Amino acid sequence: MNTLVYLIPLFPVIGFLILGLGRKSLSKTLTIFLGCGTIFTSFIISVVLFLNVKNHGAMDVHSLFTFIQSGTLKIDFAFQVDQLSSLFLLIITGVGFLIHLYSSAYMHEENAEHFARYFAYLNLFIFSMLLLVLGANYVIMFIGWEGVGLCSYLLIGYWFKNDNYNYAAKKAFIMNRIGDLGFLLAVFWLVNKLGTVSYSEVFATAHQLSTFDVTAITMLLFVGAMGKSAQIPLYTWLPDAMAGPTPVSALIHAATMVTAGIYMIARSNVLYNMSEFTMHVVAIIGLATALFSATIAIKQNDIKKVLAYSTVSQLGYMFLGLGVGAYTGAVFHVMTHAFFKALLFLAAGSVIHALHHEQDIRNMGGLKKKLPITHLTFLLGCIAISGIPPLSGFFSKDEILAAAYAHNPIYWVLAVVGAAMTAFYMFRLYATTFLGTYRGNSEQASHINESPKSMTIPLIVLAILSVVGGLVGVPEILGGNHQLHHFLSSVLVSEKTHHMPHNTEWMLMGISVTIAVIAILFAVNKFSKKPELNDAEGLGKILSNKWYVDELYDKFIVHPLNNIAVFFKNVIEKSGIDAAVNGVGKFVLYGSRQIRLIQTGQVGTYILLMVLAFVLMVLIWINDGYIYRFITNLF
Amino acid sequence: MLSYLLLLIPFFGALTTFFIQNEKLAKRNALLISIATLIISIFTLFSKVELSFSTPWISALGSNFSLQLDGLSKMLCLLNAISLPLIILSVKENTYQKASNFWGLMLLMQVGIMGVFLASDALLFYFFWELALIPAYFLCSIWGGEKRIQVTFKFFIYTFVGSLLMLIGIIYLYLQTPGNHSFSIQDFYNIKLAGKEQATVFALMFIAFAIKMPIFPFHTWQPDTYEQGPTPVTMVLSGVMVKMGIYAVIRWLIPIVPDASAAHANFVIILSVFGMLYASLIAIKQDDMKRLVAYSSIAHIGLMSAAIFTSTQIGMNGAMVQMFNHGINVIGLWIVVDVIEKQLGTRKFSELGGLAQKAPTLAILFVVIALANIALPLTNAFVGEFLMFSGLFEFNIWMAAVAGVSIILAAVYTLNMVQKIFYGNTVILTENAIDISWNVKLVLTIIVVLIIVLGIYPMPLLNLIGQ
Amino acid sequence: MPISYYLILAFTLFTIGVVGVLVRRNAIIVFMSIELMLNAVNLLLVAFSKMHHAGVYAANKASTVGTDAQLFVFFIMVVAAVEVSVGLAIIVMLYRNTHSVDINFLNRLKN
Repeated sequence: MNTLVYLIPLFPVIGFLILGLGRKSLSKTLTIFLGCGTIFTSFIISVVLFLNVKNHGAMDVHSLFTFIQSGTLKIDFAFQVDQLSSLFLLIITGVGFLIHLYSSAYMHEENAEHFARYFAYLNLFIFSMLLLVLGANYVIMFIGWEGVGLCSYLLIGYWFKNDNYNYAAKKAFIMNRIGDLGFLLAVFWLVNKLGTVSYSEVFATAHQLSTFDVTAITMLLFVGAMGKSAQIPLYTWLPDAMAGPTPVSALIHAATMVTAGIYMIARSNVLYNMSEFTMHVVAIIGLATALFSATIAIKQNDIKKVLAYSTVSQLGYMFLGLGVGAYTGAVFHVMTHAFFKALLFLAAGSVIHALHHEQDIRNMGGLKKKLPITHLTFLLGCIAISGIPPLSGFFSKDEILAAAYAHNPIYWVLAVVGAAMTAFYMFRLYATTFLGTYRGNSEQASHINESPKSMTIPLIVLAILSVVGGLVGVPEILGGNHQLHHFLSSVLVSEKTHHMPHNTEWMLMGISVTIAVIAILFAVNKFSKKPELNDAEGLGKILSNKWYVDELYDKFIVHPLNNIAVFFKNVIEKSGIDAAVNGVGKFVLYGSRQIRLIQTGQVGTYILLMVLAFVLMVLIWINDGYIYRFITNLF
Repeated sequence: MLSYLLLLIPFFGALTTFFIQNEKLAKRNALLISIATLIISIFTLFSKVELSFSTPWISALGSNFSLQLDGLSKMLCLLNAISLPLIILSVKENTYQKASNFWGLMLLMQVGIMGVFLASDALLFYFFWELALIPAYFLCSIWGGEKRIQVTFKFFIYTFVGSLLMLIGIIYLYLQTPGNHSFSIQDFYNIKLAGKEQATVFALMFIAFAIKMPIFPFHTWQPDTYEQGPTPVTMVLSGVMVKMGIYAVIRWLIPIVPDASAAHANFVIILSVFGMLYASLIAIKQDDMKRLVAYSSIAHIGLMSAAIFTSTQIGMNGAMVQMFNHGINVIGLWIVVDVIEKQLGTRKFSELGGLAQKAPTLAILFVVIALANIALPLTNAFVGEFLMFSGLFEFNIWMAAVAGVSIILAAVYTLNMVQKIFYGNTVILTENAIDISWNVKLVLTIIVVLIIVLGIYPMPLLNLIGQ
Repeated sequence: MPISYYLILAFTLFTIGVVGVLVRRNAIIVFMSIELMLNAVNLLLVAFSKMHHAGVYAANKASTVGTDAQLFVFFIMVVAAVEVSVGLAIIVMLYRNTHSVDINFLNRLKN
């Protein structure tokens, strides 16, 4: 089994190297074969490992080699497969493979060289994410952590001729870097206080940390998670990241990257359990993000932007779950979200593909008949994300909501409001896109065809998963025994176990489902006939402009920084330091020009000076050296 | 034996190169000599025999020609030895007037730098320190850009002032040695100075090294010189020569005046950290590639200097590793700058764009080097920066946090540069651009391979400096 | 005779020489003033030498201690003679060229 662990990230990286180096000579078929094949192999191995872990428990930590050693600090390049990471392995490689498969058709218009480059990036992306999940210490996790940041940069800016896309790519990378700094500082803190970064040692010795240390470390790690998982205030990169090809969005939003923050906190649950304060912050930020981005999603008209804000919002729910101690619930939601969000994005991609890169939902409508498979799968995704039983989203969301209620009923109320908004904007999207009549011109309409098989098969697989995926976590109250909870219980230890009366639990479920259904009916009713085609006004305008957060950041962070930079460059550097340095030179030149005047060229003057100096010396030396002593005493 | 071969080969190489009339032959000769030096330098890594060497030099003053080769010296000599063949190969197409003099001086500069890393006698150290400076002066002032005379003069005076201060410090220390006085580094280590004397010696020598590194606010010679100097010289200056300053702090400053170094650590670290942010912010606003790389280099050096003065083992190790890695990376960046300038005749971002379409190989290689410049994990720079920040964190949490902002700023300016040169649509200048020639490809590939190999498996370097 | 007499005389001569050099512009006078200074020094050398030697001589007739200075005097006289010949030659040339022996004329060489 040990060698198998190495193979999981090895295959994607081999795929990356072959595709990257041979991109000029590989045919598209070969590229598809290599790109998808490597990930599929990793997926098979992941399944084997998962079954192994399921039957025999967590595997030992496998150290490949010593990565860094300095003094007593020793960081191994080590992998760890336990319940949590094996679950993530399945999600990453499984969903990743489906997205690869889908891409092979979606990106087919690209020429062979760029096609191979695209798959090379995708493979690197999967590799980084696998590294992140497999790492047995925080440094290896950080390698993957930055790696996915890099890959998102490369993929968002995949069409590098477009400056806006490049800008979005850069923004993603830099925002991630802000979070990464927090992560790094947390790692340094661990190195400094505990002298180790490996999970097992950190968790074993965590009790030595003072409360302040734990709070600081967990908060800093959370800053990292904010960047990577797009939470307030570092979320603005994710919607802009839509610049990349649609499958990439699916990959970023579902299988990789944004779930990294959840994984990291779940992984560090021992530390988080020790800090009440951080838990509160995580819950509040999560909830705020969930609500805030849901409001924005309501007024977006770009099919991908709606989904992007929906991701931010769903991630908020996951953080809420983490914050209230429902680690399993959060991980569960990561899983179900991976299914239905990948599904939604790929289905949206299918729509965009069919409409030749039209993304504005105001120009769509009535696609139900033209794209039957896409329509059906998209609808299932919408129902799943809205939390309607018995689809997967219901179970995972319900678990988070129940935990939130147990923690603080106000959290629950707000979360249900968010859930209602989720149902509303998802069905607004659905109704505007698929119901009503087609609003593009008739010439376009005749060209609309259902996507090829390699695109619809992933859709169907993901739709099935979205429907049944929740069954691994059916709570006891509904007659299940929550297999996922038992599976993860050895890794995820929550100190907050909550037992609610069954009546309360039934009531909570009932209310949230009812509200969601009402929101769905309202949205379908409202938008299937009369979609919003005009630009919004009033509050709607603020929402469609995303609360002007980007503008605020520009004004209060980017702008001042730019001004400081210009000030440094033009004033301090040029007129300050450099002028001072040059000034010394100029002063010497000036001084020597003045002193030169003494050298008149008249012998008489020289002699006079000489005599005067001589007389002066004599005067100083007489009186028993009195004047001499006087002068030397002066200095 | 091996240690003085490291000096002799380039020295006689320089002498022979001066007298070769044929330009191509001169360049080829220089290349062969530098490869020979590289081979010797690689040998030293595996050599088990005693590598130190000593013979009387100026016996009247008690100065010996003594060389010492420990792990750190070996690593820096290797850096010095690697850099020259790469540089010569990468500028194969460039022609210089009086090429034999140019390459001869380059080799002579290599001798000087090598000597600085090898010398274990203070007077010898000073001698090589100046020997490295003088060829640099001639190279910049003869083959440099338009404003070369003025800029090089400033460079020379600036660093020379520092050198003289250092000389005063050395002479002072020399006079404190017992008996017949000696310049040997061991005797210098044994001097026990009182607090006030330590502070004076520290000030004298620190200014010299701070100018050489350079750290804020002694850095203003650097962007100008890098901008005006011929690119091969700039590569040596920023890739290898600035490491002299850091090396000198590690070997000649902190062990000799430990108390004063500890007492001033706070001051130096604040200066360095401020300099990092300052240089990073200025780099963001540059429109000239050379100046951007120069300021980026100042920021990186600032981190190294801060890490060294933390006096933590982890920070020191990080700085030492980073000396090597930064040298490799920055040479890579300069090569790209040179390629672009030679081909398109400009270094301004505002006049460039879309080069990735025309020169994809260059774009990929450059992106890897740029990622190393922002210390992405699995590139070589990450290891050093990780250790250095750890050390800085151990010293003071806030320092690490503030310095950490430069990680973000580094991403901003580096990605800006990548975007403006390579991405977007082509502009008039880049319309007819072509990809790089085989020799540049070879050199950049070597650099990229080094970046990735040392990024994934940095233990050889860490073991080397541990010796 | 007390040494102070010699000293005063030598000092007077020297001062006259210095003042002469500083004040007069005629090259020949300046020249003479320089000679005056040289001879003031010569006088001092001889005087000190004599004084020094006299003390030792009283104890040991064969001693030559302190007579070195008298040798120096001859050196100075020789050098002065050489100097006079060269200097006068320069002055003669100067007069031929400028019809003047004013030393301030010499600053024309400056440019």
